Amino acid sequence: MTLLYFATLLSLVAAGYYFGRSRAAAVSQAALHSRPAYHGAFVAIAVLLPMLAVFAVGVPLAQRLAEAQAVNAFDPALAGDELRRGAVLRDIVAVAAGRFSGEPSAALQRAAETYRSLRSWSDALLIAGGLAFGLLAIAFGLRSLSARFRARNHVERFVTVVLFACASVAVLTTVGIVFSVLFETLRFFERVSPVEFLFGLHWSPQTAIRADQAGSSGAFGIIPLVAGTLLITTIAILVAGPIGLFSAIYLAEYASPRFRAIVKPILEILAGIPTVVLGFFAALTLAPWIRDSGGLLGLNVASESALAAGIVMGMMIIPFISSLSDDVINAVPQSLRDGSYAMGATRSETVKKVILPAAFAGIVSAFMLAISRAVGETMIVVMAAGLAANLTFNPLEAVTTFTVQIKTILVGDQEFDSAKTLAAFALGFVLFFFTLTLNVIALQIVKRYREQYD
Amino acid sequence: MMNTMVHVEVPAADRGPAADRAIKVVARGVNVHYGEKHALHDVDLDIPERAVTALIGPSGCGKSTFLRCLNRMNDTIPVARVTGRIEIDGHDIHDPELDVVQLRARVGMVFQKPNPFPKSVYENVAYGPRIHGLARTKGELDEIVVSSLRRAGLYEEVKDRLADSGTGLSGGQQQRLCIARAIAVSPEVILMDEPCSALDPIATAKIEELMDELRENFTIIIVTHSMQQAARVSQRTAFFHLGSLVEEGPTETIFTTPKDRRTLDYITGRFG
Amino acid sequence: MRTLDLESEAARARVRARYRAEARFKAYGLIAIALTALFLVIVLSDVLIKGLPAFTQHYLEMTVKVDPAEIDPQGTRDPTVIASGDFQALVRNEMRAAFPEVRDRAGRRQLDGILSTGAADRLRDLVVADPGLVGQSVKFSALLTDDADLYYKGTGTSIRRRGGLGTAAASATTGDVTVTSSAEDFAAELGSVKQVLAERARVLRVEADRVRASLRSQEAGRVALQQGLAAARAANEPTRVATFESRIKDQDAEIEQLARRVAELDQQADALQARATGSGDEALDESLPSLLVAIDGGLVKVSEVGRSKISGTVLLPPASAGEAAPGAWQVVSYVTPEANRRVSDREVAWLERLREQGLVQRRFNWAFFTSGDSREPELAGIRGALVGSALMLLVTLVLCLPIGVAAAIYLEEFAPKNRLTELIEVNINNLAAVPSIVFGLLGLAVFLNYAGLPRSAPLVGGLVLALLVLPTIIIASRAALKAVPPSIKEAALGVGASHQQAIFHHVLPLAMPGIMTGTIIGMAHALGETAPLLMIGMVAFIVEVPTGLTDAATALPVQIYLWSDLPEIAFQSKTAAAIIVLLLFLFVMNGAAIVLRKRFERRW
Repeated sequence: MTLLYFATLLSLVAAGYYFGRSRAAAVSQAALHSRPAYHGAFVAIAVLLPMLAVFAVGVPLAQRLAEAQAVNAFDPALAGDELRRGAVLRDIVAVAAGRFSGEPSAALQRAAETYRSLRSWSDALLIAGGLAFGLLAIAFGLRSLSARFRARNHVERFVTVVLFACASVAVLTTVGIVFSVLFETLRFFERVSPVEFLFGLHWSPQTAIRADQAGSSGAFGIIPLVAGTLLITTIAILVAGPIGLFSAIYLAEYASPRFRAIVKPILEILAGIPTVVLGFFAALTLAPWIRDSGGLLGLNVASESALAAGIVMGMMIIPFISSLSDDVINAVPQSLRDGSYAMGATRSETVKKVILPAAFAGIVSAFMLAISRAVGETMIVVMAAGLAANLTFNPLEAVTTFTVQIKTILVGDQEFDSAKTLAAFALGFVLFFFTLTLNVIALQIVKRYREQYD
Repeated sequence: MMNTMVHVEVPAADRGPAADRAIKVVARGVNVHYGEKHALHDVDLDIPERAVTALIGPSGCGKSTFLRCLNRMNDTIPVARVTGRIEIDGHDIHDPELDVVQLRARVGMVFQKPNPFPKSVYENVAYGPRIHGLARTKGELDEIVVSSLRRAGLYEEVKDRLADSGTGLSGGQQQRLCIARAIAVSPEVILMDEPCSALDPIATAKIEELMDELRENFTIIIVTHSMQQAARVSQRTAFFHLGSLVEEGPTETIFTTPKDRRTLDYITGRFG
Repeated sequence: MRTLDLESEAARARVRARYRAEARFKAYGLIAIALTALFLVIVLSDVLIKGLPAFTQHYLEMTVKVDPAEIDPQGTRDPTVIASGDFQALVRNEMRAAFPEVRDRAGRRQLDGILSTGAADRLRDLVVADPGLVGQSVKFSALLTDDADLYYKGTGTSIRRRGGLGTAAASATTGDVTVTSSAEDFAAELGSVKQVLAERARVLRVEADRVRASLRSQEAGRVALQQGLAAARAANEPTRVATFESRIKDQDAEIEQLARRVAELDQQADALQARATGSGDEALDESLPSLLVAIDGGLVKVSEVGRSKISGTVLLPPASAGEAAPGAWQVVSYVTPEANRRVSDREVAWLERLREQGLVQRRFNWAFFTSGDSREPELAGIRGALVGSALMLLVTLVLCLPIGVAAAIYLEEFAPKNRLTELIEVNINNLAAVPSIVFGLLGLAVFLNYAGLPRSAPLVGGLVLALLVLPTIIIASRAALKAVPPSIKEAALGVGASHQQAIFHHVLPLAMPGIMTGTIIGMAHALGETAPLLMIGMVAFIVEVPTGLTDAATALPVQIYLWSDLPEIAFQSKTAAAIIVLLLFLFVMNGAAIVLRKRFERRW
């Protein structure tokens, strides 16, 4: 049905374009305001819009109607019961499509029959409607055409609107993210109090699977997750901060162009390695190595130690810190360097006493962006960090993070509406807003920093 | 033709041949290449002590390039190559024994655009003394900062704002701060690369006054676009054109009876 | 005014110190870069070392008689009948025929386990394709299981052989046998066994000392408790007296237990020590290197070793029970103890025998690229994941490129300077930094739960990835559009083009190389992205290769994640091999982006 509708749509659009163009081409070219192609495009758009509208309004409407009638045919009492209604509806659709496993009851058969006939009626109606609207639109479009008709302006206005719509997709995405996590989070807070969620010291969503235990006390405190995330991020920044910053300084202040040309790609390759690969390295090579060498030193190291995940995550964000800091350092005006050199300062003195203080804000924002990246990183910790929510700051123990928990809860079968599933969205909500805040602040700092030296 | 010429009044006290003063800087056969580009050809120039020497010439004539040779600032440009001999007080500045860091402490520099560090006024001036270990105590450092700011004629204006950022000052104040920063390590020579080009006339006048005072203690070499400025502040003038030194002599002579046709054309405004 | 001192010794020392600081600082930078490069090298070589072996696979050249009774008793020659025949039995029987001495159930199971189930399937395919083969002997390459394959790749054990010095005689050709040599051929092995025993005795003594120390401290604790008890009695505090008494009782139990343990350990250590220093025969166990005797075409696994005599069981039967001259028989040892490897001595013996017969072939593992996922490591391939990734990227590209370019054109050329535009710009910049897993949550909530799209489908994966890389493409496209000098647009406007005509006819084509570069980099990013795909259910175990946008599918990085979680060692290698493939794709894509940038780079 969808296919048929869009085939009709496409052929009508093509027809509209063709007629519009040939109508315009028949007129004397000198008198024409817009070129014939624009007239064609105008008619095509005139067809496209109403037909899309018919589809967008008609399909959900028909669906809703058919479902209501079918459920009514099955058992009118079901209308109020959301859960059972959904289940029955699934059965009806399955029977209607002929992929119901088992023997459908007579009532179900009847309902399915209603559903099927309604759907075929509505489909036919939709296609007929679309066709009618399309033909009308062609007639209307062709009537508006004249030599002095400003087809190009109309078409261009349409194009501008389309361009704007594309630009708004990004905003829509953000809105989508906010709403999808916000609603589930609010539903989660109906079961678990926000205070308990934010300040609880225990995290064990597994215990809440049983209905009578849903939201039972102490199971949804995110403090251990915050601690775990913080621990791994701290290790990552301790690794990546100095290495990234020093390599940025070297590249910006010391390196010859040829050395830069060699090192830059190394950083880019590192930045381009998918995190699942780094996670593989962390889990299967680095973590066992750390555990074994810890064992040699007489230390008891967990096989999913925070240290391994943290180090590899640090390696992941080195290119990030390095390239952002490199940009920031390069944005420091040459005149400041000259001023310092002319005073007889060495390069390192210039870097330490003039360039870094001047670039401080920018470097801080680079670190903030890196932290946000590390906090939101999933695969490395999923593969290399643990599941147990230990409240510890010992890097040799296993800890868990926000992303690990979201992934653990949502992968595999989930029952919807359980506190456990909703908790994942609440975690996502916290994660999203934490990283968003960091990003907004960091980007604001960078923007002001750039303005300062532009 | 004479009436289009810049009218120059040279104070009587400044008249007199260069030979009266000791020679501070000697340049012989200085050539500079920027990669493929030959920016400076065989410059020979003597610069007298405790006087202001102006380097003039049209844009791209090599005057700034020459200036940057004197404290080896060209070292910071990877593609730049300097040959020839430059001596300060008879010491070759390219002598491997002599350290560039020390050279720059002896030869201060002030740039075209004021470039105070984004630090406090105090820290800006204290920067040089600190990196060169000039002051042993906080008191000594304070004394150096205050006296440098005084000599740069800035102290009275900023004495209540020593802890404020140097970038918050006005353009003229910033440039005087840069001069204070340069003289805080008591250099022997101060290089000024068009120090007033970014300033308004009043700030320019203040800097020019300052230069006149400073020449009692320092050897000043200034690159300038403005012939009036060269005439006002300098005792000697060197004219550069297309990377060569065309003519050099007492400012009065250069502006009244230049020997070279090109000098005459330039100071009469035929090109520039 | 103080003058600058540059000449004194102190001044020179200061300058030297400053230059040392300079050199140190510079070295820090170099070290940082070296560490980064080192890490990259370690990661890549780790992946290569682990992954490269998975690109080859070992096969056993087999000739199997396709018995009509098993496959097609009615003689129909109908492919459907043939396909349901028990080829597994045919192949197994062939293996059993090769090692007729294996009669016990455990042994047979081990023998069956050498060939992959894929071997029978291969034979089935051959016969189904050509029913004429029924009743014939078919020669084909049978796939080995992962353990056998890994053994041939060298992860099993190294094998040492040395010729016997004396004349050896085996007591029998099957079952438990003894081999006696006229020389002290096994003295070295006996010696090393005794050395191990001595070492074990030493370890036991260390442990005994440790327990003894804790015993002493417990005894000291008891004394303290006793004093406490006395004090409590003196103070006449019945509750404290009771507590102390019960604690002393516990302490006594503890002490008794420790004392027993010490005695036990000492006794064990003494026994071991006695064996180590004595000259008696010693039994071998799984934690010692395996010792075998190859005699007269057979192989005997040693269970007890003496200086010139061993006893053990026959793994491969010797041709006769006669004598073997010096040099004609061998002492063999499998260096890695049996407990530390995945193949038993018996399997090693069979695998070695098969290799000696020249039946084992190492070939490029095409199946890795042509088959879908499997629970058996030797059968698992990445075709399904590759197709899944390709379908997903197709969806992503089709959505992302037009929308991204349109958005970039709007923002760069048509957007009015107002708050809405500013909001969109801030939004795009921030969206680029939102954690990818959050996009997965969006996909789960909106595309799956709200819109009701199918789980695990490339369509949904593509949609999510499109949203994920859209900001990247918009930012890159804007940069490319900005790089086109305004003079081009002005020239077009000057000859009477409308603003849109100027953009679409002149600016956009010139910006296209930059846009394509950004798009390729965005696609590479999408190809490596894993986390959001986990959220929308692309983690299922899917054997079939997807054929459409709504089929259940997985993606290459997700496959890597799934495999990395599996316990089999062979899967580790497969994982690394899949990573190599993924990295190759990424390098090619990024390389293409670089070439594009270099070729079309224009300096305005």
